[in-house]
Amino acid sequence: MLGPVDYSLWLIGFLLEASVVVCALYRRDFLKYLSLCTYMLCAALVNCGQFLCIEKFGFSSRQYLYCYYYTESILTIIMFCVIIQLYQHVFIEMNVSRYIRGAGAALLLATAFFSYAVVRENKDHLTSRFVVELGQNLHFCGVVLTYLLWGAILKLRETRTRLIQLVLALGVYFSATAGVYALRNLFPGLQPSFLRWVPPVIGAWLPMAWAYTFYKVPEDARLTTARLLARAR
Amino acid sequence: MIIAALIFVFSIAAFLQFFIWHCRSILASSRRVELSDRVREVTGVQDGSFGAEDFGRLVQLVRLCPERGDDQGEIRAVGTYYSLLDFFGRVTRPAIPSVAAWAEQERVNCSYFAAVALDRRISYSRDLFTQQVADRL
Repeated sequence: MLGPVDYSLWLIGFLLEASVVVCALYRRDFLKYLSLCTYMLCAALVNCGQFLCIEKFGFSSRQYLYCYYYTESILTIIMFCVIIQLYQHVFIEMNVSRYIRGAGAALLLATAFFSYAVVRENKDHLTSRFVVELGQNLHFCGVVLTYLLWGAILKLRETRTRLIQLVLALGVYFSATAGVYALRNLFPGLQPSFLRWVPPVIGAWLPMAWAYTFYKVPEDARLTTARLLARAR
Repeated sequence: MIIAALIFVFSIAAFLQFFIWHCRSILASSRRVELSDRVREVTGVQDGSFGAEDFGRLVQLVRLCPERGDDQGEIRAVGTYYSLLDFFGRVTRPAIPSVAAWAEQERVNCSYFAAVALDRRISYSRDLFTQQVADRL
C-alpha cells in the first residue's frame, strides 16, 4: 500500500519533469534539445500511467510490476536518443552524426541481445528476471556511454556550461540507477525496505538538475573543464 | 552475480565522480565573481579568502537576507556537497592526507560560493529597500 510519502515523491517527480519542458520552452531551446524534452514528456506520461496502474491493480500486483519495468526500459531506450543527441552536440563540428546514430542503435541491440542471452540460462522465471536484467544492463550501457561522452568533452575541450551540466547530471542519474538495479539483483531482500525509496529520489534528481540548468545557465555561458578536474594544490 | 557485482562497483565509482564534477561545475561559476566590499565588511574577511569552516556561518547570513527565489536549490545542493566533503575529509584524514587536503580545498570553494550567494542577496535586499523608499516618495 502506498503512503503520503510515495504520493508526494510521485507528484514531485511529475512536476519536475514538466518543469524541464517549461524551462526549455521559456529559454526557447525546445527544438535544440528535442530528444531531451521528448524524454521528459514521455517520463511525465509514464508517471501518470504508472499511477493509474497502481490505482487499478495495486502496488503489489504483477501488472504493476511489469508495467513499471517495461515502461522504465522503454524510457531508457528513449534516453539513448537523448545521449545520441548530446553526442551530436559535442561532435557538431565534425559532421559524424550518421556514425553516432548507427553506433548508438548497434549498442542498444547488443545490450538487448546480451540480456536475453543471460536470462536464457534461467528459463524458469524468464519474464520477471529479464526485465530486471535488461534494466540493469541498459542503465549500465548508459553509464558507459555517458562516461565516453564526458571523455570526449574533456578531449575536445568543450566549454559550453549548459552542455557540460546536462551530461554530468545524466551521468549521476545513470550511474545511481545502474547501481540500484545491480544492488537489487545482488540483494533482492533490500527491495521492500531501502530500495523502494531510492528510484523515485534518483528519478526526481535528473529533471531537477536539468530544469536548473535550463533555467539558470544561459546558452552562451562558458566553463573550462580543466577547472573541474584540477586537484587541490 | 559476478556481473551484477562488477556493475555495482563501477556504477558507484562513476556516481561519485559525476556527482563531484557536477557540484564543481556549479561552484566554478562563482569562482570568477569578484566579491563586493559589502560582503567583506559583513563577514569580517577583508581579503576575501574564506576558510572551509566559514561555510555554515555564511549560509546562516544568507538565510537572514530576503530570498531571491532562484538560488535556494543551488545553495541546498552545495550544502549537501559540503556535508559530503566534510564527512569524506574526516574519514580520509588519518589514512590519506592528500585526499583530505583536496576535500578541504573543495570546502573552501563551497565557502566562496556561499559568499557570492550572500553578496547577491545583499544586493537584492538593497534593491528592495530602494524600491520601497521610491514607492513611498
